[in-house]
Amino acid sequence: MATGHAMETNPAPAADAPDGDDMLLRVENLVKYFPIKGTGWFREKEQVHAVDGVSLSVPRGQTFGVVGETGCGKSTLARCIARLHDVTSGRIVFDGQDITQLSQRRMRPLRREIQMIFQDPIGSLNPRRRVGSIIGDPYAIHGLAAGAERKRLVQELMERVGLNPEHFNRFPAEFSGGQRQRIGVARALAFRPKLIICDEPVSALDVSIQAQVINLLADLQADFGLTYIFIAHDLSVVRHVSNSIAVMYLGKVTEIAPADTLFTLPRHPYSGALLSAVPIPNPDQSDQRQQIILAGDVPSPIAPPSGCRFHPRCPKAAPVCVSEDPPLEPRLGDGPEHVAACHLPMAEGENLADFSPSISAEERVVEVEGSLLPDDAAPDATAIADALPARGEGGKP
Amino acid sequence: MTRFLVRRIGQSILVLFISSVVVFGIYFVGPGPNQVARQFAGRLGTAARIAQIKHELHLDQPIYLQYSHWAWNLLHGNFGYDYYKGQPVGSVIAAAAPPTISLVIGAAIIWIIYGVFTGVISAVRSRSLMDRSFTASALFFYSMPTFVLGLALIWIFAYKLSPVTTFFPFHGFVPITTNPGQWFEYLILPWLTLALVTAATYTRLTRASMLEVLGEDYVRTARSKGMTERRVITRHALRAALTPVVTLAGLDIGTALGGVIIVETLFGIPGLGWTVIQAIQQQDLPIILGITILAATFVVVANLVVDLLYAVLDPRVRLY
Amino acid sequence: MSMPELSSAGMSETLIEEGDAPASKKIEGRSPWRLAYERLRHDRAAKIALATILVVVLLALLAPVFAKILGHGPNQQFIDIGENANGGPVPPSGTFWLGTDNNGRDLFIRILYGARISLIVGVLATGISVVLGVVLGLAAGYIGGLVDTVIARLIDVMLSIPFLILAISIAYISGPSLFLVIIIVGVLSFTYLARIVRGQVISIKSREFIEAARALGARPWRIMFVDLLPNVMAQVIVYATLLIPAAIVFEASLSFLGVGVPPPTADWGAMISDASGFFQYGYWWFLFFPSVALLTTTLAFNIFGDSVRDALDPRGAGIYV
Repeated sequence: MATGHAMETNPAPAADAPDGDDMLLRVENLVKYFPIKGTGWFREKEQVHAVDGVSLSVPRGQTFGVVGETGCGKSTLARCIARLHDVTSGRIVFDGQDITQLSQRRMRPLRREIQMIFQDPIGSLNPRRRVGSIIGDPYAIHGLAAGAERKRLVQELMERVGLNPEHFNRFPAEFSGGQRQRIGVARALAFRPKLIICDEPVSALDVSIQAQVINLLADLQADFGLTYIFIAHDLSVVRHVSNSIAVMYLGKVTEIAPADTLFTLPRHPYSGALLSAVPIPNPDQSDQRQQIILAGDVPSPIAPPSGCRFHPRCPKAAPVCVSEDPPLEPRLGDGPEHVAACHLPMAEGENLADFSPSISAEERVVEVEGSLLPDDAAPDATAIADALPARGEGGKP
Repeated sequence: MTRFLVRRIGQSILVLFISSVVVFGIYFVGPGPNQVARQFAGRLGTAARIAQIKHELHLDQPIYLQYSHWAWNLLHGNFGYDYYKGQPVGSVIAAAAPPTISLVIGAAIIWIIYGVFTGVISAVRSRSLMDRSFTASALFFYSMPTFVLGLALIWIFAYKLSPVTTFFPFHGFVPITTNPGQWFEYLILPWLTLALVTAATYTRLTRASMLEVLGEDYVRTARSKGMTERRVITRHALRAALTPVVTLAGLDIGTALGGVIIVETLFGIPGLGWTVIQAIQQQDLPIILGITILAATFVVVANLVVDLLYAVLDPRVRLY
Repeated sequence: MSMPELSSAGMSETLIEEGDAPASKKIEGRSPWRLAYERLRHDRAAKIALATILVVVLLALLAPVFAKILGHGPNQQFIDIGENANGGPVPPSGTFWLGTDNNGRDLFIRILYGARISLIVGVLATGISVVLGVVLGLAAGYIGGLVDTVIARLIDVMLSIPFLILAISIAYISGPSLFLVIIIVGVLSFTYLARIVRGQVISIKSREFIEAARALGARPWRIMFVDLLPNVMAQVIVYATLLIPAAIVFEASLSFLGVGVPPPTADWGAMISDASGFFQYGYWWFLFFPSVALLTTTLAFNIFGDSVRDALDPRGAGIYV
């Protein structure tokens, strides 16, 4: 993480890596579809294409950022890597081991190596449990420590993340948002995992608190040699913390690049458009910049557009974009660390505002935003009546 | 919508089927064929009778065949034969049904009207004296067991107030076809007993539901449009607030139609509840079976009707 | 460019602490329970109700003591002084504080012993219902799928078959007993709690802290009992408190029908049933006092239960009354 520590260069690969590979995590063609509930027994079920063929590699000790708009699948990707979901197809190789098909039972010991920090500081902590108990969960679940020993370890963790260990017995509601995220960090840290997936860890926090939490994460990475996958939708945050960044759109990765390169020389038009939306503090520079405003809404992930998924909104769209899905590979002479999935990548100095698509509006496959059925259980008529104690007549006296 | 209908009806049939199997299992299989035959014959069965019954009921055949015979008969409306009374169970049930129906429907009308009315007033005039007294009385009657209230009413109306009034008979039943006036008289106390206790729940439910609805945004919008309070209540709030009440009413009535044992026993009303208690005391198995299955059917059907009604009123339910 | 560079040294001091005095031990965790307790403390109706309950419990506990003092056992028949010329009960007097029943037994003592039965059945049966309801509700809600379907159908079947008839039959055939009554009441009352718990679990289980627990490798049973249960406890307590009076009434009704606790055990329902044949002759106390006892106890529990519900969920009664 770029905090002034010398973390720009890759650390030396760990000498005890099982296969000498310094990639802690490899994801190969990960696909995750969700069936849509309740469309009846006979009609073929529609699927939400949450993650549609994602491949990436995360080197040890580094921070790998993942950005994208809401609905691009980054959270689903995170949960698939953490094996909270079953994978539709594809491979996840963690530390040399293929964990894709592991049963939950076999996965349990591996949970100590892969942990998650969640976005919602309120929702990710059980409101009815004391903080000490929440942080101590890892020790309890895996039988690592109990009683006084556990308490000691928990309090150590609390100190390490900047919480007052005396507040061991408080409830999450008594802490501020930033502190709650620290609790989440402490909980994830208990195992000394190798990989921590941070799913929008600072999105719900005030900006000044964001800085604190990010600094905390940086320190922990330095001290414990952690590897992070850092998911966010805020580009400026991601740039600050990541070594490389992947940009996702509608379930697919559109570009992967080292952090600074992505910002100075994006190849994919989508990246370019995203960057143009990042606020620049300098008002003169900001004025000079032209904002690329993408047309249309994000299409529905139930029936994604053909070919390149971005073509309905892309300023550079051409017929080849409608027919062929571009592979993720280096473009325009880039090295292997910078890949993009685009037929007409942006060259240096190109301005997206100068372009207009060479396909007509009809040729673009414009998807209507599908209406997904609500997920919450509908009120059950009989449940209401049974909520009342047995009274009166009939079956009960 | 049709998918929902089909699914829901299928569920009901399944539940009925399982219920019938359970009931059958308990009463037929548990005791064993000899015991069953003896119970069917009733207390006074002779050995020859028992053998005959055993044969007639196919008790010597495998269980699933017994079940299918029994279920088949049921589906054709044949509830079996009551050897003890010497008449088909069906006719016993048919005779016992009207008193129960009179009792339940009459009480239901009273408790629904009273409960909803007091509940709405309590909600609208929340925290007023009326609200507090209605709520308190609801709590009071809610805590009262049916038989205590029944006895209290009998005491007051039949004894204490006499000779001023003895016009509330409290034991027996007169069919409406025989003498409507007496039919009514004999049912007043039972109706009151059943209704007051049940109404308490409805008062509380309506009040709670109404309060919740009245706090909703669309009610506030209606008010801000200048609608009179009365119209706000009757046209907007009431509809939404009444759905759980309607649901509950359906279920209560369905359950009650299976026999209101306490009230019937107390007031000597020869309905389904009273009949089944008698049957238990006489160990008259066919009647017990018949009424049990009938009651279960009432409940399942009531559940189904209520769910369908709910689907009509609240479209969200149809989605699954 | 976009993120202010903060030194890590500033981290610990700038934590926002509410009211963090140096002596931080003074500040206790303000748990949700604590808040509820505070609310309850200021509820006058609740306090009166609770006091009533405690009085009833106390009287029940002291029943043998009273019996000793007065020299009247609960089943002791005083044919000579306890019955009048016609063999009916005698009214309240110095000897028999609340009069006697039709068998010349001291009504006051019997009411005290009856309280024991009612309380025992009320609490134990509710306990059974709670255990059954919570376990099945948790399993149905969290595990879902086939388990949920099976449990839901089971509950449906239990609610449709008039198990009361079945229960009465069993009691009649095998002979009534206290144990049987507790089982019957407990098993027939769990369904409504199970539905509540299941509903709660379903609405909670998609929250992130459950995902976090799974990410830690927690097994389903641990998630159910360590993570989910505390979140449904509030509702469980509310409905359990309201279940107790329902169980008491249920038991009294069973006894009234003659299938509850067997005579000569003192039981309010049985006493009322006996009294129903006598009060028309003017023996009002025989019916009155047990009824008052039953009503008071039930009322107290209901009022207290309502207050508990208001305390734990101050946003007001939902549609669950």
